[in-house]
Amino acid sequence: MRIRSSVFASFCLIMEVFGIALFLRGYFPLPVKSSISAKSKVADLPTEPLAGNVANWTKIPPPLFKRVVIVLIDALREDFVFGPKGKQFMPYTSHLVERGPSHSFVAKARAPTVTMPRIKALMTGSIPGFIDVVMNLNSPALLEDNLMWQAKNAGKKMVFYGDDTWLRLFPKHFMEQDGTTSFFVSDYTEVDNNVTRHLDTTLERDDWDILILHYLGLDHIGHLTGPHSSLIGPKLTEMDDILKKIHTSLMSKEEEGSLPNLLVLCGDHGMSETGSHGGSSEPELNTPLVLISPSFKRKVAFEIPETVEQVDLTPTLSFGLGLPISKNNVGRLILPVLEDNSLREQLRFLHLNGFQLSRLMRDSTPAYEKDTGYEQFRIAERSHGNWMKLYLEGNTSEVLSNMGKKVLKQYLDALKSMSLSLSKQLGKYDMYSMIVGTVIVLFLLLVSVADALSSNAELDLPLSSSLCSLPFYLLCLMFSGVHVMVCTSTESSCYFCSLSWALVFAVIVFVSALLCVILSIMGRKLSWGRPQTKSESSSDSGFSELDILLLTGTLGHVLSLAASSFIEEEHQTWYFLLNTLCLAVFQDVCRKYFSEKRSYKDLEDSLYQPSKDELLTSDYSSKPSSTSAGYEKWLALATPLVTLACCRILRSLNQTGVQWAHLPDFGHWLNSSEHHTELSLLAATSLVLIFFLVRRRCSMVSKIALGLGLLGVYSYRAAVGNVLFPWQQEGRAISKGIVEARFVYIFVLGILFTGAKDLLKSQVITSDTKTKSRGLWEVYSGVVLLAALLFRPHNLPVLVFCLLIQTIMTRFIWKGLQYDAAQTTIMHYWFGQAFFYFQGNSNNIATVDISAGFVGLENYLEIPAIFLTAFSTYAGPLLWASHLVCYLNSETDRSSAAMGHGCYCFALLRSIPAAVYIVLATSLRYHLFVWSVFSPKLLYEGMHTFVTASICVFFTAMDQNRSVRS
Amino acid sequence: MKDIEIKGMVSAHCIIAVSIVMATIVPAVLLDDYSVYGTHLVWLYICTASVAAVNIAIYTLLGVSPPAKKNTLSHKVTKVSKSCLYFMFSCLLFHGIVVLYGAPLLELASETFSFAVLLSTFTTLRCLCILGPNVQAWIRVFSRNGAMSIWDTSLQITTASSVIGAWLGAFPIPLDWERPWQVWPISCTLGATLGFVAGLFIAPIWIHWHRKQLTYKSK
Ligand SMILES: [Zn+2]
Ligand SMILES: [Zn+2]
Repeated sequence: MRIRSSVFASFCLIMEVFGIALFLRGYFPLPVKSSISAKSKVADLPTEPLAGNVANWTKIPPPLFKRVVIVLIDALREDFVFGPKGKQFMPYTSHLVERGPSHSFVAKARAPTVTMPRIKALMTGSIPGFIDVVMNLNSPALLEDNLMWQAKNAGKKMVFYGDDTWLRLFPKHFMEQDGTTSFFVSDYTEVDNNVTRHLDTTLERDDWDILILHYLGLDHIGHLTGPHSSLIGPKLTEMDDILKKIHTSLMSKEEEGSLPNLLVLCGDHGMSETGSHGGSSEPELNTPLVLISPSFKRKVAFEIPETVEQVDLTPTLSFGLGLPISKNNVGRLILPVLEDNSLREQLRFLHLNGFQLSRLMRDSTPAYEKDTGYEQFRIAERSHGNWMKLYLEGNTSEVLSNMGKKVLKQYLDALKSMSLSLSKQLGKYDMYSMIVGTVIVLFLLLVSVADALSSNAELDLPLSSSLCSLPFYLLCLMFSGVHVMVCTSTESSCYFCSLSWALVFAVIVFVSALLCVILSIMGRKLSWGRPQTKSESSSDSGFSELDILLLTGTLGHVLSLAASSFIEEEHQTWYFLLNTLCLAVFQDVCRKYFSEKRSYKDLEDSLYQPSKDELLTSDYSSKPSSTSAGYEKWLALATPLVTLACCRILRSLNQTGVQWAHLPDFGHWLNSSEHHTELSLLAATSLVLIFFLVRRRCSMVSKIALGLGLLGVYSYRAAVGNVLFPWQQEGRAISKGIVEARFVYIFVLGILFTGAKDLLKSQVITSDTKTKSRGLWEVYSGVVLLAALLFRPHNLPVLVFCLLIQTIMTRFIWKGLQYDAAQTTIMHYWFGQAFFYFQGNSNNIATVDISAGFVGLENYLEIPAIFLTAFSTYAGPLLWASHLVCYLNSETDRSSAAMGHGCYCFALLRSIPAAVYIVLATSLRYHLFVWSVFSPKLLYEGMHTFVTASICVFFTAMDQNRSVRS
Repeated sequence: MKDIEIKGMVSAHCIIAVSIVMATIVPAVLLDDYSVYGTHLVWLYICTASVAAVNIAIYTLLGVSPPAKKNTLSHKVTKVSKSCLYFMFSCLLFHGIVVLYGAPLLELASETFSFAVLLSTFTTLRCLCILGPNVQAWIRVFSRNGAMSIWDTSLQITTASSVIGAWLGAFPIPLDWERPWQVWPISCTLGATLGFVAGLFIAPIWIHWHRKQLTYKSK
C-alpha cells in the first residue's frame, strides 16, 4: 500500500497519542481506595478490645472540642511561623507557640504541592494520586469519604470563607459560605478582605460548630514576588492580627463545664524559593501546624516542633469532633492532643485509628495479613484486651500503667508501619497498560523511522501483504492468549483488562499488524538493502557540519532526558543547542559569502548566487539589484547575530527551571507594582511591533481586523489591571475584562475565517499559490492574535522576537542558503522548543499559566478553559510549526515534496523523544524524583505529542490541497 | 621532508602539553592552598601564560610563520601590535559568545573574561603564531580544504577540539551533583584544556595517518 508521507506521519502521531494515553492511564493509576461511595459509619466502629468479655465502651468516644476554627493560610511556609520571620511579623502567634496552650508541628505535605490535592488530603486523610493535579483544572465534588461529609452527617454546622475550591469540592456542605476565586493572582488584598469581613459577625454568633477560613493572599504574593518580598511581612502581620482576634474571641466564649474550643493554624503547602509551589522541595513541603486550645498545657519555652504528616490532622480532627475517621485515611492520630486524657481513652483512640487503617489495608492490599504493620496491630489489640481486663478488675498498680504504656507504644509502632505501607501503595503502577502503550508507541516509531531518511513524497507500506500473512494471524492469536492470561491471572485490576473486548481486539490486531510491517520492512531492507545504500552513498557527498549538529543535537537532547536535572533544566539544553545552531548558521553564511567570493572573484554576477532562485520563489521580496546585493550580504551576515541577541534577551526575560529559577529576571521586574508604566509601555510597543511584523502579507480586511484586535488586547490588559490606560480615570475598579476579551475573540475568529475562505478558494476555484499562501498567512496571523491575547503582558516581547526571528531567518537564511525541508523543519522545531521555555514554561506543573484559561470567560467552562490554557502553554511550538507550514508552502515550487517531507520530519522529531521518554519513565519509576520531575514531564510529553499531532493533521490538509490542485 | 615536519610538530606539541601539566603541578608544589578548583583563576592565568609563552617561543624559533617581506623594525612593531589587537578582539568576541550562551552578564564577568582569554590562547594565539595577523590567511585555513601545510591542518584540529571541549564542558553545569568543578567556568575551562591537549596529540597522529591523502597545494 502506498500512502503519502504526510498522511502516514499524521496517522502515526495520532496513534502514538493513543498509545501514550494508554501508558499514562497505567502510569497514573487512580489511588487504591476501599470503595468510592462507602462512608465510615458510627455503627461499624469496633468496640473496645477486652479479653474474654464484651467491653463497656462500644460507642465512639465523645468529642474533645466544642468548636473548631481552622485557619488555613495558602502557601504558609514553616519558617513564616517558626522561623525568624514569624518572630518578627507574627508576634502573637509566636507567643502562643512559645508560651501558650498550644502544640506546634511541622506538617509535611506530599507532592504535588498544589492547593486542591492538599485540601483533599487534609479532608480525606488519603494521599491523592498525581492525577489529581490534572483534575485541579476541573475540581469536581469530592465523593470519597471525608471529614466534611462526616461532620455534615453528624449534624455539625459549618461555615466557610475563602478559596472557592472548597465550595466545588464540598457543595451544599456549608451553612454559610463565601467563596473567593484565586482568579486574579495579582490581587492579594481583596481576596483576604473578602474573608475577613465576615469574621466579626461570625465570631459573635453561636450557631456554628466548625469555621473554616482559607486565606489566599500570601500565596498570591508568593507567586507575584517570591518569599522574600517586602509584601510578605505585612501580610503575615495581617494574618497574626486575624489569629489574635479569633483566639481572643474564642477565649472569651470559653465557659466552665463545657468543652474547650480548638483553633487550628495550618498551611496547605509551602512556597519554593521562587514563590511558586507544586514540586517537592523542602520549603514547599514543610508547613506549620499549630493547635491552640485552653485544654492544652502551657508551654514554658520554645521547643523545636516535631514533624508529622499533613494527613495526620484528619484523624485528629475527626476524634476532636467525635466523628468516625474517614475510610481512606492513612494519617495517624497526633497523640500530644490527648495528653490530658486518661490512658484508657488514649488507647481507645489509638485502637480506633488502627482499626480503620487495618480495614483500609485489608481492602486495598491482597496480602495484607503478611504486612508487619497489620501483624503489629493484631498483637497490640490483643495486649490492649489483656490490659483492659486488668484495668476493669480495678488494678491500679505501677505494673498496670507500665503495661499500658507498652500497649501504647505497640499501637504507635503499628500505626506508623501501617500508614507507611499504605502510603507506599498509592504509587503502584499498572504495568500491563504501560507495556501495551509502550509497545504501540515503539512499534509506530520503528515503522516510521524505517523510511525516514528518504525524501520521497510517498511511502510504500507492505500492509496488505503482511495482513494476509500467516505470522500476522499467529501474532494475533498469541497476543490474545497473553491478554487472557494476564487478565485472568492477576488479582489487581488492570485498566487494559477492563476495556471492552472489541476495543482490546482492535488494539491486538493493530499491534500485530505493526509488528508484521516492521518485520517485512526489515526483511526487505536486508534482502536488497546493500546495493541501494551503496548508490546512495556515492550520490550523497556526506553530511555538512550543520547536519551533524542537527542530528547530534536531537539525539543528545533525547538522551539527556534520562537525567532528572536535565529534565528540570531542559530549557538550558535547548538554549544551548539553539545558540550553537545560530553560530553554525553564521559559519555557513560566512563560508558562502566569503569563501565563494574568493574563489569566484572574477565573476561579479555569481556574488549573490541564490538571488535568481529567490526571484522565482519569493512572493514578497523586492528584486535585489546588483547594488543591493551588498546590503543583502551584510543583512544575511547580521541575521544569525541578531537572532543570538534576541535569544539572549528572551532568556533573561523568564528565569525557569529549578536551580536558577530564583535568580531575578526581567519578567519579575516588570511585574512588580513599581514598574507598571514600563510594563505598559513595553506591552504597547510590542503590540505595535506585532502588527507591523504580521501585517505585510495579509489582505486588507484581516489587516484592519488584526489592528483592532491588538488594540482590544491592550484594552483587555488595561481592564484586568495589568497595564495602564493613558486616559484611564483614577481608581477604576478592576473587572474581568469579559467584553474586551470577547471583542478580541471575534477578530481572531474573523481572521481565521478569512484565512480559511482563502484556502478553500485556492483549492476549489482558482489554483493560485498566492491566494493559498495568503490564506495560510492569515490563519497564522489569527494564531498570533490569539497568542497576544493570552500571553501575560510581560511575555509579549516573546511574541515580537518570535515574529522578528521568523521574518529575518526566512528572508536571509532559509531562502538564501537553500536549506532543504528536513533541515528547516529541525530548525523550526528547535526554535519552537526554545520558545516554549522563553515563555516561562518549565517541566513543572506549577508554571502552567492557568489564568489564560479564564480570559473572556464569565465562569469556569471546562472545554474552552482547557483549550485556552493548552494553547497559551504551547504557543511557542505552535507558532513555529504554523510558520513552518507557511514557509514550506511558499517553497513548494522548489521541491514538490517539501510539505510532506517537512510534516514527516516534524512528526518524527516529536515521536522520538516521546517514545524514548516513556521507556525511560518506566525504567526510572522508582526514582526519588518520580513525582516531582519525571511524572510532570511525562504529562508535558503527552500533551506536546497531542498538540503536534493536531498540527500534523493541519499539515496533511494543506498537503492534500496541493496535491489535489497539481 | 614530511616526516621531519611531523616529528617537529610532535615535539612542539609535546612541549606545549608539558607546559600545561607543569602549570598545574609546579605551583601546587610551590604555593600553599593551591588547587585547580579552589584557586581556579590562578591556575587559569598560570596555564594561559605558560601556554602563550611556550607557543610564541616555539613558533618563533621554528620559523613557521610566513616570512615577512620587509624585515624592518617598524614592520615588526606594527605586526606585534596588530597581533595584540587581534588577540584582544578575539577575547572580547569569545566573551560575547559565552554571554550569549547564557553566562551572567555582570556578575562573574571576570571569570567569564578569563575563560575567554584561555580560549583565545588556545585558538587565536596559535593562529597568530602560525599565520600571523593576516585575516585572509585565517579565512583560507578555516574554509573547507583550505589547509596548505601540516601546520594549517594541526591548527584546524586543535582549534576545533578546544572549542568542542569547551562546548562539551558546559554540559555538567546543570546536573545536581554539587561537585566543585560544576561551578562556572571551571568545567568549561577544563573541557577546553582537555580538548586542546587532545587536539595536540590527535593532530600529528591524524596527519601521519592521512599523509598519503594530504597533498597540499603549493603556496
Ligand atoms: Zn495553595
Ligand atoms: Zn499558589
